[in-house]
Amino acid sequence: MRAALHAEWTKLRTVAAPRWLLLGAIAATAALGAGAAWAAASVDGGATTVPSLIGVRLGQAPVAVLGVLVIGGEYGTGMIRATLAATPRRTAVLAAKAVVLTGAVAPAGAVAVLGSAAAERLILPAADGPTPRAIGGSVLYLVLIALLGLGVAAIVRDAASGAGAVLALLYLLPVLTRAIGGPRWLQRIGPAGPDGPWTGLGVTAGWAAAALLVGGLLLHVRDA
Amino acid sequence: MTRDRYGFLLLLHAEWTKFRTVRGWVTGTVAAALLVVLFAVLAGIGGGDGGPDVPVGPDGGPVTDSFYLVHRPLTGDGSVTAAVSAPRSSLPRGLADLRPGRVPWSKAGLIIKAGTRQGSPYAAIMLTGGHGVRMQDGYTRDTAGPAGAAPRWLRLDRSGEEVTGLASADGTHWTRVGTVRVRGLGTTVLGGPFVASPPAVRGMGTSGSVSTAVFEDLHAEGGWADGKWKGEQVGPRSPTFSGYPRNVAGSVAEEGGRLTVTGAGDIAPAVRASLPTGGTLGEILTGAFAALVAVVVIGTQFITSEYRGSLIHLTLAAAPRRGRVLAAKAIVLWTVTFAAGLVGAAVAVPVGGRLARASGVYVFPVAFATELRVVAGIAALLATASVLALAVGAVLRHGAGAVSAVVVGIVLPYVLVAIPFMPAGVSNWAARVTPAAAFAVQQTLVPYDQVASVYTPYEGYYPLPPWAGLGVLAGYAAAALAVAAVLLHRRDA
Repeated sequence: MRAALHAEWTKLRTVAAPRWLLLGAIAATAALGAGAAWAAASVDGGATTVPSLIGVRLGQAPVAVLGVLVIGGEYGTGMIRATLAATPRRTAVLAAKAVVLTGAVAPAGAVAVLGSAAAERLILPAADGPTPRAIGGSVLYLVLIALLGLGVAAIVRDAASGAGAVLALLYLLPVLTRAIGGPRWLQRIGPAGPDGPWTGLGVTAGWAAAALLVGGLLLHVRDA
Repeated sequence: MTRDRYGFLLLLHAEWTKFRTVRGWVTGTVAAALLVVLFAVLAGIGGGDGGPDVPVGPDGGPVTDSFYLVHRPLTGDGSVTAAVSAPRSSLPRGLADLRPGRVPWSKAGLIIKAGTRQGSPYAAIMLTGGHGVRMQDGYTRDTAGPAGAAPRWLRLDRSGEEVTGLASADGTHWTRVGTVRVRGLGTTVLGGPFVASPPAVRGMGTSGSVSTAVFEDLHAEGGWADGKWKGEQVGPRSPTFSGYPRNVAGSVAEEGGRLTVTGAGDIAPAVRASLPTGGTLGEILTGAFAALVAVVVIGTQFITSEYRGSLIHLTLAAAPRRGRVLAAKAIVLWTVTFAAGLVGAAVAVPVGGRLARASGVYVFPVAFATELRVVAGIAALLATASVLALAVGAVLRHGAGAVSAVVVGIVLPYVLVAIPFMPAGVSNWAARVTPAAAFAVQQTLVPYDQVASVYTPYEGYYPLPPWAGLGVLAGYAAAALAVAAVLLHRRDA
């Protein structure tokens, strides 16, 4: 397991894409948070309430893509065969990927969320600002989204389809369920949660766990 | 036929063969069309909660027709005159606390109307809170009167189906504001003073208001019935009227020949904010989002899979002029996606609309030509988005990156403008310059100058005209294709 972890960490750290995606997540989260706060401040003196930490809604996209690439990229290049030859216990491979991914996304997510919170406080000093609970929840949310990406990519075994599927879950499900207007439970089942990241964290965790479980199972059963 | 052109036809044929023989792409394209239909059906059977019927004006459009009317019957010809004070408006602050506020389109004036049935024909002259004297009829028509300060003498003169509105600053020198022909007015009509007070725009929403005006020197000439002026709320319960603020009601009080009238509501075309239960074609076509992700994935893979399998070497060896390979791919992809989107939307719009109406949802009516534009526009949107994905895929040569860039570029701005808290300026900007501008093709609602409301993309009002919005997306696709062609030419495959 230790060797698998080390291998995954080396793969993640020696490629340019993960670094750029994490930097992109930080920039996107802070930029959208600052932009929304600035817009609210300029419209009517901060009387409009902007959903706190709205930047996470943009920052989750690069994080999800990183999760997808960690395994989807290996299917694209055929690297997965070398990986599985080196570590025949396939669930260990997926577990190592999940651990390394968590280790990379958690600090980057913390920087992103704290940056966004700081920007909101600077621009809208009157507003209450996000609570420590919301900040912690948002970081956890980003980690779960990365794991969801990993699980989905393990299921579809293709980076492009994986990214499409995860982004559809994150962005389209809320739009679609609202348009259908159907039963309330339907509007709460999306991984992005019903009213912002923190409240739906349990649902997000459920999605991530289910995706990893199915992904792990399929990885075990199918030929690579 | 020149050899060149023949060669390009072969290239098109080669790309078509590649597309149709990959099962995932064909299935994905069919699935995209099915998703559009599926979500239209789901949106249709989602259903409404019934409720009273939406009032409909003489031209078939939904209207708001709820206001406080002080009336007497008029048979045949006649006129009514009054000196009207500017309406004073109040807005609720917090619970049960009314404060004076500005409602630019609050209305106090004189009206002649076929009856108290909502949607019945009328003509009215009025003093507004912020737009001076206006003459309005048929719910959508609005004429400005002479400028100047209140109080104003107003007169409405009925002769057959013709109604003339006049205004005066002193009660002796009159200016004609307009003469309108009101069809279906009937012989006996109701007429007299009225007060309306539409919801005021506040932040990202609207909130109900109430207004009061004083009518002096009220006199009626002609075939008016004898008796007292009778106060009545027209359309007290209606999907297009949110009711009075707490602890207020419409009223009329007489004191020494002065009538003090308080009212809320409006006489105007219904817009999205005043008819929130109404459905639009755009909502029926929500499945286009799901289809969008599918076609973007296919568009990306149409080029990135060539790199993965190194088929690109063979492709470029067979057709060394690389720009033409890209053009052939774009043409095949656009055509196939457009056809699939067209079939999906053409089935989804009538089916979804019929199901929605059957389950009691009021759908904003649209002309057949508009329906065709929305169907063709959604198909073109999907096709153009897939070509954009192809071009971005050719630039990045990386499936996941290209899919994310395009999905985030098109869908995220839409999701952001769909947050009701987003200030109108920001969401209108996003709906103007980002690829999400293309969603303007599904616009069916019309904003009105004389109705103050929230006209944002979230409510179904786009800042760009339909085809211009699609043009923005096409611009992105063309620019991306140009970059892709240059890079394809320069880089080794």
